[in-house]
Amino acid sequence: MAEKEHFSKEEVARIADLAKIKLDYKQIEKMTTDLNVINEAIAKVQEVATEDVEATSHPLQTDNPSGNVLREDIPATFENDLLTNEEAIAGAPKTEQGMFLAPQILVED
Amino acid sequence: MDNKEIIRLTALELSRKIEGGELTSRQVTDAFIERIEQVEPQVHAFIVTTFDEARKTADEIDKKRQDGEKLHPLAGVPIAIKDVVVTKGIQTTAGSKMLEGWIPPYDASLVVKIKEIGMPILGKTNMDEFAMGSSTEHSAYGKTCNPWDLDRIPGGSGGGSAAAVAAFEAPLAIGTDTGGSIRQPAAVTGTVGAKPTYGYVSRYGLVALSSSLDQAGPCSRTVIDSALLQDVIQGPDYHDSTSQLSSEVTAENSNYQAALEGLRIGSENDGLKGVKVGVVKQMQEGFAPEVFARFQEEIEALEEKGAEIIEVDCPHFEYALGAYYLIMPSEASSNLARFDGMRYGQRVDGASSDEMMANTRGAMFGEEVKRRILLGTYALSAGYYDAYYGSAQKVRTLIQKDFAEAFAKVDFIATPTAPTVAFKFGEKIDDPLAMYMNDIATIPANLAGIPGLSLPSGLAEEGLPAGIQILVPAKSDDKMYKFAAAIEAMTDKLPEPKGLEK
Repeated sequence: MAEKEHFSKEEVARIADLAKIKLDYKQIEKMTTDLNVINEAIAKVQEVATEDVEATSHPLQTDNPSGNVLREDIPATFENDLLTNEEAIAGAPKTEQGMFLAPQILVED
Repeated sequence: MDNKEIIRLTALELSRKIEGGELTSRQVTDAFIERIEQVEPQVHAFIVTTFDEARKTADEIDKKRQDGEKLHPLAGVPIAIKDVVVTKGIQTTAGSKMLEGWIPPYDASLVVKIKEIGMPILGKTNMDEFAMGSSTEHSAYGKTCNPWDLDRIPGGSGGGSAAAVAAFEAPLAIGTDTGGSIRQPAAVTGTVGAKPTYGYVSRYGLVALSSSLDQAGPCSRTVIDSALLQDVIQGPDYHDSTSQLSSEVTAENSNYQAALEGLRIGSENDGLKGVKVGVVKQMQEGFAPEVFARFQEEIEALEEKGAEIIEVDCPHFEYALGAYYLIMPSEASSNLARFDGMRYGQRVDGASSDEMMANTRGAMFGEEVKRRILLGTYALSAGYYDAYYGSAQKVRTLIQKDFAEAFAKVDFIATPTAPTVAFKFGEKIDDPLAMYMNDIATIPANLAGIPGLSLPSGLAEEGLPAGIQILVPAKSDDKMYKFAAAIEAMTDKLPEPKGLEK
């Protein structure tokens, strides 16, 4: 390809780091190729996205007068919405004393 | 009535026979279970089956009916549910290794409704991982095969639901549609699938892909069956703040009633007199010749019934794919941040939390999921947001404008659903962009939030089914069912899928 590629391998490695996805060198190479192909197709949107066009973040306004559908302002109960502590942590990979167990967060370099 | 006949009945026919006492829900449920056991080795539409639960529900419904309790027409009619929908006590994986073994502690709102009326749940259907794909080849649990030809894709992401319905493994199924994941599988399996208006079916309990695009909907073999099922799952829900109050089903907006009306007008001479049908100028190319020929024949048949065919100009549709592949990955990268190895799903250990997260996500997400998360992370990152995500949102406005101008002139728009018939496994798996092109005709509806339905238009290349898509303005899902049922009434019924034994 004559034109300069949009994504470099270094850039893809940086994005993977931001997204917290560990990739090996081969995977980074493959992703770099793929993302450059996809980028060509999507960059086209900039042609028509001129300043006078408003952005749409949501496809449809809700027809609720307040804009959102909200529940009555009453406390939830275990009978309807709340999970017990046991239910809430049942799917966690590791727990301790009814809490999610996470690896160390601050690590010295 | 033997099991082979039972499984070939539509949901409406099953409903009437169960209500009339000719069949019990247990008989019907057992017939579908037998069929699943027979053809699953070839089709692999399900990730898990839940036969014991299904039989239990069927027995309860039969008991209630014996006791003279007034029940919903679909009570006792079995259903399959896409594995992206959270089901209490039943493993929910969304097709990902990340969630292998996860047993949700709650039901999605639509599952609550299905359980309330007593539809036996047969199992959870296969799909591309986190609903990203058009072939089920991205599922971590193996691919689903198309009942028309077992060497071909059943579409995606909801290939499992569509294949289950096509193979007579279930009369009804639930799908979800972010860019075409209900409609494209329907087209390539010769079935019906509808994406309701955004906000008409609660998104609470769907494993979120792209929150401003996702919508759950029905899969079936006839239009009226989909209408019946949408009436069940549609409705406002305070668990989903984007749900629409107008989605409350009433006698006036019943999709079922509208489909009945459609079947009537579709079978009358001049039944469509005065109806204006839009054909999109920008959707005349890029379709396989026979797929497009079947579409043209439908348009001609509509004209014969008295409809007026009007060409509508949608100049921004050519930017829809680009906008979609910015908005969807951006929202997905944010939604899938929840899979961090902390609260649910799998964990791959690491020396720190950061390292554990990166290890987990690196090992448990498939390649397509990683690709989209990276794309979305980039599109949302500082310095690129305006050029990418911001531009895509502007295109969204332009596409809505195209639709608004078109619907000012016509009652509904018709397009072919998918560009080709079902392709062979492996054909597009290494070319992400070629795979993305499958959704070229279905994506605009998601970007604009309007409803869309695909129904069979006949057999095309290789004797495989093709679909026609019906699009109507937002919040007029009933009209979509009316027009779709009219077209169904005018179209020859497809033969049975040829890839399976009887």
